Amino acid sequence: MTTRIFGSGIRRREDPRLITGDATYTDDVQLPGMVHAAILRSPHAHAKIISIDITEASGAPGVVAVYTGADTDGVLNPIPCAWLPPDCDIKAVDHPAIAKDVVRYQGDAVAVVVAEDRYQAEDALELINVEYEVLPSVVNPEAAMQPGAPQIHEDAPNNQAFHWVAAGGDTDAAFADADVIVKDTILQQRLIPNAMEPRSAVANWTRSMGELTLWSTSQNPHIVRFLGSLVTGIPEHKIRVIATEVGGGFGSKIPMYADEMIASFCSMQLNRPVKWTATRSEGFLATIHGRDHVEHVELAATREGKITGIRSVVYAGMGAYLSTAGPGVPTILHGLIYSGPYDIGATRADIYGVFSNTTPVDAYRGAGRPEATFLIERLIDLLAVELGTDPVELRRKNLIPKFEDGHDVASGITYDSGDYEPLLNMVLGHVDYQALRQEQARMRERGAYMGIGVTCYAEICGLGPSQVAGAVGFGGGLWESAIVRFHPTGKVNVYIGTAPHGQGEETTFAQIIADELGVDVDDVGVIHGDTSNTPMGWGTYGSRTTAVGGAALALAARKVKEKARLLAAHLLEAAEADVEYDDGKFFVKGSPDQSKTIQEIATMANVAWNMPEGMEPGLEASAFYDPPNFVYPFGTHLAVVEVDIDNGNIVIKRYVAGDDCGPQINPMIVEGQIHGGVVQGWGQALWEGVVYDDNGQLLTGSMTDYALPRAHMFPDMEILSTVTPSPHNPLGVKGIGETGAIASTVTVYNAVIDALRPLGVTHLDMPLTPEKVWKAIRQGQGS
Amino acid sequence: MNIQVTVNGKAHEKEVEPRLLLVHFLRDDLGLTGTKIGCDTSQCGACVVKMDGKTVKSCTCLAVQADGSEITTSDGVAQDGELDPVQEAFWEKHGLQCGYCTAGMIITAMELIEKNPDPSEDQVRQGLKGNICRCTGYQNIVRAILAAAEAKRS
Repeated sequence: MTTRIFGSGIRRREDPRLITGDATYTDDVQLPGMVHAAILRSPHAHAKIISIDITEASGAPGVVAVYTGADTDGVLNPIPCAWLPPDCDIKAVDHPAIAKDVVRYQGDAVAVVVAEDRYQAEDALELINVEYEVLPSVVNPEAAMQPGAPQIHEDAPNNQAFHWVAAGGDTDAAFADADVIVKDTILQQRLIPNAMEPRSAVANWTRSMGELTLWSTSQNPHIVRFLGSLVTGIPEHKIRVIATEVGGGFGSKIPMYADEMIASFCSMQLNRPVKWTATRSEGFLATIHGRDHVEHVELAATREGKITGIRSVVYAGMGAYLSTAGPGVPTILHGLIYSGPYDIGATRADIYGVFSNTTPVDAYRGAGRPEATFLIERLIDLLAVELGTDPVELRRKNLIPKFEDGHDVASGITYDSGDYEPLLNMVLGHVDYQALRQEQARMRERGAYMGIGVTCYAEICGLGPSQVAGAVGFGGGLWESAIVRFHPTGKVNVYIGTAPHGQGEETTFAQIIADELGVDVDDVGVIHGDTSNTPMGWGTYGSRTTAVGGAALALAARKVKEKARLLAAHLLEAAEADVEYDDGKFFVKGSPDQSKTIQEIATMANVAWNMPEGMEPGLEASAFYDPPNFVYPFGTHLAVVEVDIDNGNIVIKRYVAGDDCGPQINPMIVEGQIHGGVVQGWGQALWEGVVYDDNGQLLTGSMTDYALPRAHMFPDMEILSTVTPSPHNPLGVKGIGETGAIASTVTVYNAVIDALRPLGVTHLDMPLTPEKVWKAIRQGQGS
Repeated sequence: MNIQVTVNGKAHEKEVEPRLLLVHFLRDDLGLTGTKIGCDTSQCGACVVKMDGKTVKSCTCLAVQADGSEITTSDGVAQDGELDPVQEAFWEKHGLQCGYCTAGMIITAMELIEKNPDPSEDQVRQGLKGNICRCTGYQNIVRAILAAAEAKRS
């Protein structure tokens, strides 16, 4: 191939409609006769519903209908959990779309009003009279498992949703024989994903046809159709889900939510289009949260600093019900990756999934892997202090040496490829790590507190082989499919099952096709997000869109190219074996003048005037790609922070992200993914955190109370990379969507503790707010 | 109540409820859906529009307060299909991912550059205090605004 656009940071083709306001997101959809739904939510974290009186609301101006759980009961099936890990005694408790007898978290749906406009619907919510008997509630996952805690589900004693163990190697021996053991208790606080677009649904039921069209803010429209069919009873082929323009997700738009099904129910009852759009504060209550672990963790090592074992007991909050992928997050995506990039002989994860009277928890950017990376990297820094060694050298000593085609780790998984040390060296060299340490020492002498955090990580993404999905209780496959179609004029459309929502695959996938087929990148259109015109796919999450969906696309393109080559041979009157391809042209071996462009072939295939015997007309192909393994990106991140000990304020002075996601299709987009992920990770370390009071009231219930990162709070970061291809991926690519969030939280956290250690501060719970830091400094100094 | 508003150069006269938010008036009554709603506490800035030369959060302003005013929304920034240098720069510098905060970012950036044609990086960052983006980490938004300022100067 003579030209390659793979690897070029071209600007994104999706942007013109986004910067001009021409894009149509779900809440922008207006349909004739459309009415508006508003959902009444429980103000209590745990209560019995004694009675609901809808009389007044039903007669309010503009109100079309009011429905309660009595109406949806038996019509809408329970909202399913679709990831039920085996062998862990999981309790798949009933999750009614609208609560009937008991509400289990503040935000549980209790009734829905449909009115001619959104103001009238919200007005009428206030006229519904619900009598509750308030029950005791519990919010902390560890507390929820203690004897005497309020019971949330009858069939889940002690609020235990599951107990899942991943153990590999002999951890008991590792700890019994250890020279050194370091321990910590880590609170992975609850986070609110906060995609900028609130969740929304427009449901349009056509009674005459028995068909439902659902515009939905989803990362995986095909899963919404699949699960939506189970919930509504509408046959899958009569549901069309449209999620072509989605304003970010970060995991929060994976789940099958009750609200979209409630909107669908309303539309089916009324035979009118129904729109429901969450307010931001409603989203805080009713869109999934992330993280929420209480972790007791420990690490065993030799005196020389060789890590021999890691083990944990984790209480992972599930919230009041099991969200669609919730149970898979602290288990498969967390407990299997305790080795990180290190050679560790034994790891054991004891994970208790726990119900509490809180918003359900599910995947939030990184999903399980930020938590795993945090615990490994935190323990290594503690070990460095214990041994009096440099934390970087300790990491280097334990890194897995370079491997190109598979490396087994203790938990039983096999990493695909890795070459960890060059990136560590590159990052250290970039900042001159030794000079930084010297500067730190000088600053300390004058009472200034700078800290350095260095993280090495390896993560598991590109979900994944379907056989593994089945084995770990994932209620679906994890392959992807794509269709590549040449039109008569030689232009190309591709149709994909994944559902990008800000990640730029309309551009990167066109780049893949341009190179595979030798066509101009502008001659390729990428269609996604509508189940009626895209092939089945399992969606965009787990950094899998490019690694799995992009691979499917490449394979489909290669099928197209082979058919084109055979047709070229026929048209050139040459033997098939003698026809070769280069840069968009087929030619007879040895006679480059005798050639046909792929566009010419496309035209001939479409008009089909002269096809070889037995060849079908048209030039298109579909491919299904089921990866043989996950992919395992890795990297080294480094943070430099300064802490003002007079007020506890933390300033990020410098941040370097070194990441290896294999070959980069579009480096500009790769960088953008890293920027966003890193800042979300900083958010967890420094600013963000859900606060519930003891009665399960969400105190951080709006953007006023929940601190999100803003532009003035930090400087630019610096980006470095190496390229280590995945041996099993047709494009060699790995994932990059989550690495930033996976690495950056602990990097900043460790830097802050590194700064404060001379002041006697060795532990803080996130987020590291100035008040907390200031108090810890005072306590550390014994005043 | 009857209001008269000029939006993106076009005059409108409408009957509105006194409580109707400007953002709903723009989106639902005029069909100008480029302006987005990202929160309900005046924090996120997705709904920023320009009213009589100043940026306002259209979720925190009643439609009746806009009576007699001239408004520019993100839908009206490009003129006859020609992108504004700020839009060009957001495109060129990858200053958006999901695009949901972009309308507010662009209107805010235009005012920022108008007030300060040669801003420093820090001034740009300070100027974005009222706008939340969850995708980009702001780095490329800042780059875009600096580039747009430079383009407008030259």
